[in-house]
Amino acid sequence: MAHLLLRHRDIPDIGKLDVYRKNGGFEAFKKAVTAMKPQEVTDAVKASGLRGRGGAGFPTGVKWGFVPNNIWPHYVVANADESEPGTFKDREIMESNPFQFLEGVAIAAYAVGANAAYVYLRGEFWTVAAILDEKIADMEKAGLLGDKLFGSDFSLRIHTHLGAGAYICGEETALLESIEGKRGQPRIRPPFPAVYGLYGKPTVVNNVETLANVPLIVEKGADWYKSLGTADSAGVKIFSLSGHVNKPGNYELPFGVTFRELIYNYGGGVTDGRPVKAIMAAGASSAMIVADDKALDTPMDYASVRTLGADLGSASVIVINDSVDMDWVINKTIHFFKHESCGKCTPCRDGTYWMLHLIERIERREDIEANTELLHTVAKQMQNKCLCPLGEFSTMAVTTAIERFPADFEASVNGGKHG
Amino acid sequence: MLAEKYPGEIKKILAKYPPEYKQSAVMPLLHLAQLEKGFVDRHMMREIADLCGITETDVAEIVGFYTLYHDKPEGKLRIQVCTDIACALRGADEFLVNLCERLGIQPGGTTPDGLVTVEAVMCLAACDRAPMFQVQGPDGISYHETMTVDKTMAFIETARKEVK
Ligand SMILES: Cc1cc2nc3c(=O)[nH]c(=O)nc-3n(C[C@H](O)[C@H](O)[C@H](O)COP(=O)(O)O)c2cc1C
Ligand code: SF4
Ligand code: FES
Repeated sequence: MAHLLLRHRDIPDIGKLDVYRKNGGFEAFKKAVTAMKPQEVTDAVKASGLRGRGGAGFPTGVKWGFVPNNIWPHYVVANADESEPGTFKDREIMESNPFQFLEGVAIAAYAVGANAAYVYLRGEFWTVAAILDEKIADMEKAGLLGDKLFGSDFSLRIHTHLGAGAYICGEETALLESIEGKRGQPRIRPPFPAVYGLYGKPTVVNNVETLANVPLIVEKGADWYKSLGTADSAGVKIFSLSGHVNKPGNYELPFGVTFRELIYNYGGGVTDGRPVKAIMAAGASSAMIVADDKALDTPMDYASVRTLGADLGSASVIVINDSVDMDWVINKTIHFFKHESCGKCTPCRDGTYWMLHLIERIERREDIEANTELLHTVAKQMQNKCLCPLGEFSTMAVTTAIERFPADFEASVNGGKHG
Repeated sequence: MLAEKYPGEIKKILAKYPPEYKQSAVMPLLHLAQLEKGFVDRHMMREIADLCGITETDVAEIVGFYTLYHDKPEGKLRIQVCTDIACALRGADEFLVNLCERLGIQPGGTTPDGLVTVEAVMCLAACDRAPMFQVQGPDGISYHETMTVDKTMAFIETARKEVK
């Protein structure tokens, strides 16, 4: 099947406005603005079954429906923070098929009545922001952004905003704080951004990949979209495949493809021909999946992955072969979360500190059994006590690695990456 | 002074946000200021504070919170190697050690001529192209993917001639 999101892989130069338009680009936006009411657009997205690709899988149309019509102005914010270890799909969309994403932003803005939209990019995406600025300027010149679009009363401007290195700014309320020029620390919710968002106004925050799906739905219809993927998870998904595979990269596939197909058919198999030992399906925030036959044959959609005691998240599939011990893996993930904890709440700030301290003792092979038990206890105690999901994320790999790979935490294991 | 050197850029930045929320401009202004010397000094912070209608302390807090802003000079090029989980599974830790060895520095250290600082950083959304690093320098940030130590040394040699 031809790509629906990574269309640049089939159509060279789709990143140029004339080529994008020759291939049907901005017809969906035009159709929405000239032939559909905002509510009809939201209804179509609802009916399509599109769920947010930023990790939580929340139904997109439902979220748009939460925006109240008695508080103005409204904003749309595209989440291009893409900082979950193992995730690199939004970057490819923005670099190579930027107009489809920007068209999605524009349609979302029309649907929720926003006249301004911001694209929040992680600060490292300096060159991606430059690309988007150029494409936004192209759209302005072509009359696709600005005042009274397509002769209607709808006006829209899109702006980029660069972050500056902080994973927590991918959390939507921290992201909004960051656009407001503050430290990126999560807000206490409720109120949710749909009601109290950017500058305290109703705001829809969506992931880049989520938005790139929207023009397809408006163009080809909700039923067509729903026919792709599984009953639980409609449509296609970009799987970012990394770690111990021969052909790491982004793979756009319908939801429901199995781990085995992704790793062996698309990813070219496991590095050094070794068996796959563990899979992290949601980047560093994953629960550790034991890669047995049952897991490998599990279809990748939100509900099925949950039966493995894990989440699909943003589908950042990190493959780990049997040359690695799990203590080494969680040493990496704990370092990440300790570094990225924003420090606003005590359970996460102190918990990540203690987890780091304990895993470092384990890596020095000091009193392994006692320290492992303590590490497990600390992680368990953090759960359900943190202000935002980051704190919870930081414990997922830790508790599941210890529970599901106990042999890797025995004193006889020699420590290190081992491979 | 930023206002004298970059009047057009500053105007463009301020125009992105509603006039009553000038504080939003603090991050883009810091990115702009940092291009000058690779870090943001007190004078720049004061000027940015004035442009945004906030205090210098507010600006310093922002600089402290976000890892891409620096308040002290380091190497003109900061080579930031991703050693996070996915890259580490593909040899990023070894790459960092070998690169530092060739340069005769420790991770986090700067070469004696003040040209390069090499440090380990978290995931940069390039996990399929490890080993990789970004370079923070006078032109902003660039990515260098699927790297080897030899390729990196060649890159540094070229930069040595170009960056004064
Ligand atoms: C710590 C943390 C980091 C996150 N990082 C991202 C991110 O980089 N990109 C993203 O789209 N969503 C991220 N999210 C999810 C956002 O909070 C939000 O749910 C999402 O942007 C909503 O868009 P969607 O419904 O289209 O997925 C993160 C959440 C948390 C708690
Ligand atoms: S859980 Fe961690 S990241 Fe989230 S608010 Fe608390 S300290 Fe900050
Ligand atoms: S883990 Fe290195 S770029 Fe993602």
